[in-house]
Amino acid sequence: MELIKLILRNTGRHRLRTVLTILGMAVAILAFCLLRTVVDAWYAGVAGASPNRLVTRNAVSLVFTLPISYKQKILQVPGVNKVSYANWFAGIYVDEKQFFPRIAVGAENFFDLFPEFIIDPDQLRTFKGQRNACIAGRKLIEKYGWKLGDTIPLTGNIYPGEWRFVLRGVYRGAAKTTDETQFFFRWDYLDESLRKTSPFRSGQAGWYVVQIENPMESQTISQTIDALFKNSSAETLTETEKAFQLGFVAMTDAIVIAIRVVSVVVIGVILMVLANTMAMSARDRMSEYAVLKTLGFGNTFLFVIIAGESVTIALCGGVLGMLLAFPTASVFSRELGTLLPIFHISGTTLFLGSAVTVGIGLLSALFPAWRATRVRIAEALRHIG
Amino acid sequence: MSEVPSQQPVVVVDRVSKSYRRGAQLIHVLKEINLTIEEGSFVALMGPSGSGKSTLLNLIAGIDRPDAGSLVVAGTDITQLDESELAAWRTRHVGFIFQFYNLLPVLTGLENVELPLLLSGLSRRQRREHAMVALELVGLSHRIHHYPRELSGGEQQRVAIARAIVTDPTLLVADEPTGDLDKASATEVLGLMDQLNRDFGKTIIMVTHDPHAAAKAGVTRHLDKGVLNNSSD
Repeated sequence: MELIKLILRNTGRHRLRTVLTILGMAVAILAFCLLRTVVDAWYAGVAGASPNRLVTRNAVSLVFTLPISYKQKILQVPGVNKVSYANWFAGIYVDEKQFFPRIAVGAENFFDLFPEFIIDPDQLRTFKGQRNACIAGRKLIEKYGWKLGDTIPLTGNIYPGEWRFVLRGVYRGAAKTTDETQFFFRWDYLDESLRKTSPFRSGQAGWYVVQIENPMESQTISQTIDALFKNSSAETLTETEKAFQLGFVAMTDAIVIAIRVVSVVVIGVILMVLANTMAMSARDRMSEYAVLKTLGFGNTFLFVIIAGESVTIALCGGVLGMLLAFPTASVFSRELGTLLPIFHISGTTLFLGSAVTVGIGLLSALFPAWRATRVRIAEALRHIG
Repeated sequence: MSEVPSQQPVVVVDRVSKSYRRGAQLIHVLKEINLTIEEGSFVALMGPSGSGKSTLLNLIAGIDRPDAGSLVVAGTDITQLDESELAAWRTRHVGFIFQFYNLLPVLTGLENVELPLLLSGLSRRQRREHAMVALELVGLSHRIHHYPRELSGGEQQRVAIARAIVTDPTLLVADEPTGDLDKASATEVLGLMDQLNRDFGKTIIMVTHDPHAAAKAGVTRHLDKGVLNNSSD
């Protein structure tokens, strides 16, 4: 108890210095949490991937499509439960800044493969019964103020023309990490139009989503599917949904690395700031350490009071930074909107923030504590006064 | 606290030498010092600046180590102890009174006095009681919750004396205890030390420049250029 009292009172000795260091620490931990959250948001698709889903795409590139006839063949592969398909539509809503994923999906069973998208059964039934129907995520309809029955106009770019969809359903995510900013409409509506305008582009799926019985067999099933279409005009590449998502992230790897480097630099800077504060405090108190040693207190006691002060300052700043991270992340989430749809402070980020906070506190204490333990009593006392 | 003094040697300094290196120069601060101090005595060490009196005090108190010779204090040859043993020995046997009081500024008078007892294994309540007794003895029971900055120099030194005696050590060492005090406070502090020696039989070794302070001690030894004069006053 006396030890804690001594640590806390020492912490409050130079109020301005302590407050400024705490604020610096808070800003650093806030930045660390936000940068980590950006990286998490980048990997949200990977984290949300299901182990029992495979994705089959054109082996050359995702840009190239696959014949819709592949669906039945894939379905014949042992271990495959269900197969659905989708096309990346892109398009423009209002203007090019309004980004959200717009995807044409096989209406009959696409949502059966994605149980994380929770949809009212009546709305899903209506979606399946109306060719130009669409389903949007909860966050998306909140952002644009859409209501069921509204007509959503899109201007096609990959698939030119003016497209009009009627909002018939809203999905919400089963978990916090489920992306609620996607826009789905029926693939057959797209295909019907293509048959009239660009017949050579009709009957094509962008990729297949394959639900398998046993995730342990994903490699074998992937190889079997790809073998089916070997030497065809459209060879396939089948991989787990996680690997498929990681492929997207890999394209922007440099940005993720840069963000990670910045977060490490931020931590390094605040480590030096706190270490400097602690070094100054310890230098001011060298004679007190000498007195404590004179009275019989050992090096462990000195380390504990110095590290205790350092960790206290770090914790005050760290906790403040982590508390500030929540409202700041909300603002970021609102502003980033559909660009990084899953933007929330995770438990892992908080754990890492806490670990970094304590780590900084302890590391900052090392040098001053080492100096304090090395102090020669007679020498330090000679300088008093 | 201890009772009436017996005439057992509590400090035996045997051919102790100490030197410091200042740059390339080796300074011999103490040269083969021999000194015996009886239990219950009040000894003043005097001498000009740089004569080695504070160094000798530090060696006896176990906060510095000699280059040669032996130091038997309170029955232990302290030159044979390692750092942690020496620290534990100091806690048990030595009470320190410094020129500049050296109280911890973040602790109240009571907490400062209680500080050495944290190493004693006493309960919080027992520590408080011991500290209160020591503070009453130095006449400061009414200032226990004041911080050092709220106390005068004389009061701070009395708190320091209470801290020095609270563990009931074998030996009290004081390095210029009145050097930073006005005359009235110095008289009070010396009176207190005299009382500790006379009434409680405390062995006190005091380094001082001040002949008036030295006059309070029963024995005065003079050091000059690292050599202890054989004569004592």
